[in-house]
Amino acid sequence: MAFDLHRAYRLSPAVAVRPEPFGALIYHFGNRRLSFLKSPRLVTVVRLLDRHDSAADALEAAGVPGRQRARYAAALAALADSEVIDAR
Amino acid sequence: MLADQALPGTSLTERFKRGLTAPICLTWELTYACNLQCVHCLSASGRRDPRELTTRECLRVVDELERMQVFYVNIGGGEPTLRPDFWDLLDYSVAHHVGVKFSTNGVRLDQRAARRLAGTDYVDVQISIDGATADVNDAVRGAGSFAMARRAMDNLAEAGFGEFKISMVVTRHNVSQLDEFKQIADAYGARLRVTRLRPSGRGADSWAELHPTAAQQRLLHEWLSARPDVLTGDSFFHLSALGAPLPGLNLCGAGRVVCLIDPVGDVYACPFVLHEQFRAGNVREPGGFTRVWRESGLLLRLREPAAAGACASCGQFDACQGGCMAAKFFTGLPLDGPDPECVLGHGERELARVCLPDRPRTEPGHSRGPVFLGRIAARAGA
Repeated sequence: MAFDLHRAYRLSPAVAVRPEPFGALIYHFGNRRLSFLKSPRLVTVVRLLDRHDSAADALEAAGVPGRQRARYAAALAALADSEVIDAR
Repeated sequence: MLADQALPGTSLTERFKRGLTAPICLTWELTYACNLQCVHCLSASGRRDPRELTTRECLRVVDELERMQVFYVNIGGGEPTLRPDFWDLLDYSVAHHVGVKFSTNGVRLDQRAARRLAGTDYVDVQISIDGATADVNDAVRGAGSFAMARRAMDNLAEAGFGEFKISMVVTRHNVSQLDEFKQIADAYGARLRVTRLRPSGRGADSWAELHPTAAQQRLLHEWLSARPDVLTGDSFFHLSALGAPLPGLNLCGAGRVVCLIDPVGDVYACPFVLHEQFRAGNVREPGGFTRVWRESGLLLRLREPAAAGACASCGQFDACQGGCMAAKFFTGLPLDGPDPECVLGHGERELARVCLPDRPRTEPGHSRGPVFLGRIAARAGA
């Protein structure tokens, strides 16, 4: 299913997040894929998904500036594609 | 998977060069014991070392990897399945969220072991062959080793293991068989993994005879470029100077994202440099593996920006990054110069100047006795 900024998401229970200086490294124990979160703010966004009714709200809460929203949305879409985040 | 390539900031490659809090690609060789004695064995294996880590020590290493969030470990040897506690270590590791990918020559993969593996999550199996036919394989890996590996593959397929991996090291004699390797893998529903021959361990003695020629390297690059589904362990970045880079990390990961724990607990910067000069510490020391990874002077130095040295004036340096540190080291080349297999031929010229007895060696090694390359019948196209 295509990523929808207005839906609620969560970090998949099958992934582990390892903090790194550049952001975080994510491993999906189910599909065994590694992903990289290349900014600490994206890590914040991903961790906030659970507590907000939409991905857009999580971006807002993490303080992502308006002009960067599209890029962050693209990053979240890629994470949804690789099953790192799930719609809930 | 670079999920967020679109985000601003320093490139991931640049970040990786400075190192991570824990390795991404950790190889752990469990034993020097091996039923085979391949002529190119990176760790010069054969005999078990009496100082090898005990079961209890191995379990402690797994605990540590779990704490560091090393999500999976590449287990090898020697032949890891020869350790009587191999299956227990595998179960313990998986139960502690450290997935296992192990390499084997197949000696212990009977039907029962295959069924057991098929029922375990988070385990990947990689079976090594170095020829698509018995004659080419056995010349390098020893008589009967091809049939043994094929039996293990049959057993995994029959047990419904799913996608296992078939791993081969490219040599002058098997490069013409790449299509046949791929056919074998496809027939099993397996994935082919192709890696680079390194002059490490016993490979120091066989490399000159076995490494692909310049013409073969060009064919290899073409072949791999056309088959992105073939895994390479990112080991051919020295070929990037031939054209488009191959998928994966085009960078020497030694000490940055890669390292090796050997059977006696010594930590080396990468699986191809088992030599005192690249020994970062031992997991038995206070602070264990974590401290070695985070504080070893050697590893910290490897994470500093490297000088391009003799390659600085080469227009292709950004593509190949000067190649493989281990390949340079064991062929006696300066580490800040070209790779011995530099596709522009700079390495070959340097090699001609190296005095053979001065090359570093993996000493004393664990070979059971002298090992020689077997005779390989001339093949069309080889």
